[in-house]
Amino acid sequence: MDFQLSKMHLLQQELFRKFAETEIRPLAKEMDEKEEYDLDLLAKMQRYGFFGIPYSRQYGGAGADTLAYTLCMEEVSKVDASTGITISVHTSLCCSCINNYGTEEQKQKFLRPLVDGSQIGSFGLTETNAGSDVQGAQTVAVKDGEDWILNGSKIFTTNSGFADVCIVFALTDRTVPAAKGLTAFIVDLKHTPGVTVSENIERMGIRAASNCIVTYDNVRVTPDRVLGPVGKGFKIAMGALDCGRIGIAAQAVGIAQGALNEAIKYGKERKQFGKPINSFQNTQFKMAEMQTKIDAARLMTWRAAIAEDQHQNFGPLAAMAKLFASDVANEVCRFAVQAMGGYGYCREYPVERMLRDAKITEIYEGTSEVMKMVISGSMKLK
Amino acid sequence: MSKNIFVFVEQRGGSIQKVSLELIGEATRLAADLDQEVVAVLMGHNIADKADMLCQYGANEVLVLDHPVLAEYTTEPYVKGMEYVIRHYEPNIVLFGASSIGRDMAPRIAGRIHTGLTADCTRLDVDVEKYQAYLRSATSLPEDRIAKLDTADRNLKMTRPAFGGNVMATIICPNYRPQMATVRPGVMEMPQRDPARQGKVTPVDAGLSMDDRNVELLEVVHDDKKSVDITEAKVLVSGGRGVGSAEGYEPLRELASVLGGEVASSRIGVDSGWIEKDRQVGQTGKTVHPDLYVACGISGAIQHLAGMEGSEFVIAINKDETCPMMKLADLGIVGDLHAIVPKLTEAIKAYKAAQKVD
Amino acid sequence: MKIVVCIKQVPDTAEVKLDPKTNTLIREGVPSIINHDDKAGLEAALRLREQVGGTVTVVCMGPPQADVALREALAMGADEAYLLSAREFGGSDTYATATIIAAALKKIGFDLVITGRQAIDGDTAQVGPQIAEQLGVPQVSYAEELSVADGSVVVKRQFEDQAHLLKVQLPCLVTALSELDEPRYMSTWGIVDAYGKDVTVWGFEDLKDALNPEWIGLKGSPTNVFMSFGKQAKAAGAVLKGLSADEAVAAIMDKLIQRHII
Repeated sequence: MDFQLSKMHLLQQELFRKFAETEIRPLAKEMDEKEEYDLDLLAKMQRYGFFGIPYSRQYGGAGADTLAYTLCMEEVSKVDASTGITISVHTSLCCSCINNYGTEEQKQKFLRPLVDGSQIGSFGLTETNAGSDVQGAQTVAVKDGEDWILNGSKIFTTNSGFADVCIVFALTDRTVPAAKGLTAFIVDLKHTPGVTVSENIERMGIRAASNCIVTYDNVRVTPDRVLGPVGKGFKIAMGALDCGRIGIAAQAVGIAQGALNEAIKYGKERKQFGKPINSFQNTQFKMAEMQTKIDAARLMTWRAAIAEDQHQNFGPLAAMAKLFASDVANEVCRFAVQAMGGYGYCREYPVERMLRDAKITEIYEGTSEVMKMVISGSMKLK
Repeated sequence: MSKNIFVFVEQRGGSIQKVSLELIGEATRLAADLDQEVVAVLMGHNIADKADMLCQYGANEVLVLDHPVLAEYTTEPYVKGMEYVIRHYEPNIVLFGASSIGRDMAPRIAGRIHTGLTADCTRLDVDVEKYQAYLRSATSLPEDRIAKLDTADRNLKMTRPAFGGNVMATIICPNYRPQMATVRPGVMEMPQRDPARQGKVTPVDAGLSMDDRNVELLEVVHDDKKSVDITEAKVLVSGGRGVGSAEGYEPLRELASVLGGEVASSRIGVDSGWIEKDRQVGQTGKTVHPDLYVACGISGAIQHLAGMEGSEFVIAINKDETCPMMKLADLGIVGDLHAIVPKLTEAIKAYKAAQKVD
Repeated sequence: MKIVVCIKQVPDTAEVKLDPKTNTLIREGVPSIINHDDKAGLEAALRLREQVGGTVTVVCMGPPQADVALREALAMGADEAYLLSAREFGGSDTYATATIIAAALKKIGFDLVITGRQAIDGDTAQVGPQIAEQLGVPQVSYAEELSVADGSVVVKRQFEDQAHLLKVQLPCLVTALSELDEPRYMSTWGIVDAYGKDVTVWGFEDLKDALNPEWIGLKGSPTNVFMSFGKQAKAAGAVLKGLSADEAVAAIMDKLIQRHII
């Protein structure tokens, strides 16, 4: 067992930390208020390789690993959770599908531009009637000669406002349960007739992220864009979500650490009853408790990441990390706002945004309840 | 045997830089402690007429190196000229202004002569008792370390800030001569000019030629002064609630301008739209550590103090004598900034005009 | 074109404090960074390479921990890195440091050497010109713009009140201001590459033929630290009230003059 990051990982962490502090922090508040991601910032992160961290050099990626990717997720989410989800959906959901199930040709054609920083990816699974339970899925793909014709609508398609590519899951066989009838397609969102992307959905948190409804109206998809075997879409989607949960756990750790850091900074300077509030033992104990929980969440996240890097069965580990980290994020953000009192509640300070952002980590890429299903399912309880 | 204190006299376009006169003043004090003389080294082209003035400020002798290759500063001819002087006259001490010229040529000369050089000094001592008095008054050193210094020591003790001004160090060059230092402009006291004083003026032929210039000067560019990032400014004049309006910042801007600094603000000025956000000092603005921070009508909320408490010297002007800024300030003036600030600007202008040297 | 950039690993100075008991610097917990001016110089070198081709080599003298500064330079895009590290090099002043670095540069070979103007810990601005002196090449310090044209560099050299546009034949040495170029970040793939490459470590044995061993380290340094100390804690300031505006101005003027602000 070794709990030390390697020198390579430490340098990656330094890059992400410095970039987040210098480039992202000054924009975070304004992006949240405008409910719009800054596309220049996005391009800058692409240029420095933030969108292909765990992918092979063979396909234009950075050639690092999932652990390095979690370090990125934590550092960017410390200052802006919206940046976190933008990178996570691209990396864990979109790219992992192609990396794990694409043919060599598909990887060269579709994965390369995504991981080398030329394109942004998104992921279309959830529908208005199909969330944690895919049974209600209504998006269909019907064969027309060699091609497929897609019809339907996907809600909460993260990154779709600016993404080039989306992995879309559609029913190709309606005679079987949805879990057996789904197929994954690689759809070009920008140049395909019949694709319509809605305005950004108004949300409580991660408001700078792009999250839209994408409608597919008689969208023609060529056979080279079918990802994995026909009918194996559910398995592909679940595999992607397993990867994604490591990213969300890291995002939650970042939000938590970011909020605690704000509270610590404030408490050093804020004086009440004649001394800085950090000198009161009640504050000190509370801070100690919060830091301990954050560290536990971080270690669980790293464990899941290392398990993925070592090709072990990481699904339940990722679920545990996400379940715990998202809970910690919400607790720490509530504490940070409380510790900062009226100022914490004001928009001038970032902790109110962090509190709003933290909530989603208990919901997306599988709610906390679904995490418990995954974990208990691995426990041989029956 | 190495003798006398030499000062490199910096001129630009024929006008003597103030730092060089300050150095002559400092050299005069050191020379008294050593019982040696002050020699000014004047380099340039058609500048011999400036030599008398250097004597009036205190130089016992002026060496004049007049050559067309020295008309505009480039490194090699100046280094060569100074090298000649040092090898020929064997000075005990050579001082340069820590300007962009002094700091370019001095290290190269020290390298060529093979001697030590101390950069950007803010204090020089030969006499140990004076040095001890300084250590006692201005440093945190314990008395036993100060008291045990050898009072017979006549090495030049060159004191300078390091680590961004967090610490001070005194440097010596015991085994090589000359002892060389560059000295920060504006630190040493300006000597009085005595028109009756006279000294020896000696033309020196250092064997320079136009071929000594190993760079080609394509153009002299006169830049318009760029606007400075407030975190870089040495002087900040900052306004708060007491300024009252956008127009209220105008006198502050003028004061900042005569002090060579920038105008800044507390949060209220930015939130009220009186001034741009990038000039805000404080927890949600910028953290600054200028040499001088003039807080005008700023009460000093903790969020603001967090951004400026690292300032070297703080002057507060405020009607409220009990506000936190008054407690932090090195000099607090209880009064009306609208009356004081414009008068202060005028006073500084008048002072500067009186100080001007030709 | 072979460009060699000299970098120094420095503590992020704003955090450095003096231990009041021992009067020594407390450096623990202070993050180490590549000196700002040096990093701007590295960026300029990388851009020159993009324009005219060639290689960028980075050289750093320091303890073994300075390895990370060189990895960072590699991760930004430098081609190769040398660490000059030996007990014999310890305690070097600017003259001795320049002696060691110049020896390494002679062995490595160069067309253009770029150093930072000055390091934020020592603030001397002396090592660059002293390297140039030992190499016997022209120097241009305080560079705020830099370009290359047919065997020469053209440098905009900053002065307090003006700038010179200078043309210098290669080989030469340029000292960079932070303003010269905004340094790029490392890239994620660059970091992976940086740890896939070797940093060449040269000790005393590797350089002793190229330098005079009497002129390096503490013993070979013409200057020594005689004393180091912190400034005395600030005394409480004076608060003056009931003054007329003119009296207030006079009081302020006294302080400004006394503190050499004007």
